[in-house]
Amino acid sequence: MNGVAPTVVVRDLVKRFGDFVAVDNISLEASPGEIFGFLGPNGAGKSTTIRMLCGLLRPTSGEALVAGLDVAREPERVRQNIGYMSQKFSLYNDLKVIENLRFFAGMYSVPAADLKERIDWAIDMAGLSGREQLLTGTLAAGWKQRLALGCAVLHRPPIVFLDEPTSGVDPISRRLFWELIHRMADDGVTVFVTTHYMDEAEYCNRLVLIDRGRIVASGSPLELKEKSMAGDLLLVECDQVGKALEELQGAPGVTDAAIFGNALHLVVDSAERAITEVKEFLTARGIEASRIERIRPSLEDVFVSLTSLNRDNRDNRDNRDNRDNRDNRDTPEAIGKGDKEKGQ
Amino acid sequence: MMNWNRLCAMARKEMIQIRRDARSIGIVIAMPIVMMFAFGYGVSFDTKHIPVYVYDQEKSQQSQDFVKRFQASVYFNVVRTVTSYPELVRAIDKGDCQIGLVVPPDFSKKLRSGQKVSVQAIFDGTDSNSASLGMSYTEAVAQAHSQQLQLEWLQGRGQGQPRLPLSVDARTWFNENLESMVTIVPGVVAMVMAVVGTFLTSLTVAREWERGTMEQLISTPVTPLEIMLGKLAPYVMIGLADTSLCAVMGVWWFGVPFRGHIWVFLLSTLLFLVVVLSLGYFFSVVAKTQLAASQISLIATFLPAFLLSGFVYPIDQMPTVVRGITHVVPARYYMAILRNVFLKGSSVVTMWQDFVGLAIFAALLGLAATRVFRKKLA
Repeated sequence: MNGVAPTVVVRDLVKRFGDFVAVDNISLEASPGEIFGFLGPNGAGKSTTIRMLCGLLRPTSGEALVAGLDVAREPERVRQNIGYMSQKFSLYNDLKVIENLRFFAGMYSVPAADLKERIDWAIDMAGLSGREQLLTGTLAAGWKQRLALGCAVLHRPPIVFLDEPTSGVDPISRRLFWELIHRMADDGVTVFVTTHYMDEAEYCNRLVLIDRGRIVASGSPLELKEKSMAGDLLLVECDQVGKALEELQGAPGVTDAAIFGNALHLVVDSAERAITEVKEFLTARGIEASRIERIRPSLEDVFVSLTSLNRDNRDNRDNRDNRDNRDNRDTPEAIGKGDKEKGQ
Repeated sequence: MMNWNRLCAMARKEMIQIRRDARSIGIVIAMPIVMMFAFGYGVSFDTKHIPVYVYDQEKSQQSQDFVKRFQASVYFNVVRTVTSYPELVRAIDKGDCQIGLVVPPDFSKKLRSGQKVSVQAIFDGTDSNSASLGMSYTEAVAQAHSQQLQLEWLQGRGQGQPRLPLSVDARTWFNENLESMVTIVPGVVAMVMAVVGTFLTSLTVAREWERGTMEQLISTPVTPLEIMLGKLAPYVMIGLADTSLCAVMGVWWFGVPFRGHIWVFLLSTLLFLVVVLSLGYFFSVVAKTQLAASQISLIATFLPAFLLSGFVYPIDQMPTVVRGITHVVPARYYMAILRNVFLKGSSVVTMWQDFVGLAIFAALLGLAATRVFRKKLA
């Protein structure tokens, strides 16, 4: 990875739809063999960014080089170098497994000498041996996803874009899918993947947190966890969690508070001092805290502390920006998803 | 810039999808057959067997002879005889007959005395076309009967065979029995192809957008031209097969002669297919939903092809403005070519104007179709 020329270079990329800024000045670089994760609430601009990198949407301004080619000027040559899996399953349900593979092999002009080997490889990879003659529409979701991946990489592209590839897929299939992603990365493929599953984000070499079209943090999962939080993280288990949250949001020394499962996570200036202070603060308000301790932040903590979810919970108290709220409509879903993941 | 691999893969995929989709098969096979029957039988401009009620007030040998003349003609069908005016009026009101024939009580008496006899004929004018045809047929029958009577009268007075000074020896070419079906059926073939051809391709692109497969497709290096040609190629084959099916039905089932050269037929059909398939593709790209695209294509092809192509109304009898408009209805040229190929056996050279018209539209719409599709999501 080190010293190798980046395969994807993005500089000041902007995409506007009318007044709405979907992608706001994004810059990033990705190298061969890197698994590059896009993390962010729904509507944050992840898919829009990926679609621009695939040449499916024209950037409003800025520059994106994929495999050294400008996506705005040479989209067709870019497409020969990428594999793309859209958010929605988009193979032909009325074609057989083998027919979909042959079709996409044709679209990517896979050389005849390579064809059989590549198709066999894709069938094997997707675990579809013996099911080549089944109609694609009859396959279970996990198989469909792996077949879609197989179709997208038949031409051995150096860069692969996967837009929420594992949404709606069972946990075992997700695991299998991530093994495939890792195998591709090991072969030197740059893999871009968007997700809102926190456990999946941990599998990435590099993460970019996107919120309202902007990159709010980036780095390896470890770096993000260590650096992105200003202060220490406390876990508070208590009764009346809702009331406690309300009270603690204005408490001295507490910069942030959020509900995680049936407990609270607090971001505080100093853990040692806050442990006793918070206990007293709660007791004074008739709330019994059964457990308060310092914990290591998870990616979800980072995610929540850096994205708009958290800001909205605080009634935009810090009034950090005055942009309109239209892209917040999806955020409650993202919260729900986060909580569900935690509960599992 | 065109990649043969991609074009073939595209065409093969379309073919598989058509084969696997029951609705497509229905449109491809059933629609032409149904339309051929519906128009072949449903649209007839012939007026035969007009139902006639007779109120014979005399009931003499002479009056019966006169009525029998109507019965003998293929144009009339004397349904029944009534005995009063109210009965006759009721029959016309109810639509049981279109003509009410009233023979006066002094029919034979006046004839014998050499006076002029007036026979009353009442026509149902709600369908003016059949009424006016019925009127002229009735006059012709009455004319023929008076000639016969005159002849008998002259012979009775010992005079020889009278000479009629002038007669027209009519012979109709191309449609010897003047059956409207013969002119209609080639027109129906053109109608069917205008509607079916456009309808078929109007679904192709919209279907990919609706099913979400388009996003994957345009992320591959396939070019818009390859998408268009690959999608249209199977339909050109299907269109040729459909047109041939219609033509065979026209000849074998409807008994329409085919006097021209098969190559003239195929060449004009190919040009027309380029027109209608491109048009359907164009609608499909623009509309983005199958429902909208198919509705637009039905409206945009059916009405002009029905009203402005010369199928129902002869183009030379249209008002000047309307006649001008027919020049931008491609079906007009194909309709003219098909009629001439079927009935006259005309060659490309004699029909060059129609071929040029068709070729211009094929070029324009084909070009528009290659330009309309953009490999972008928004």
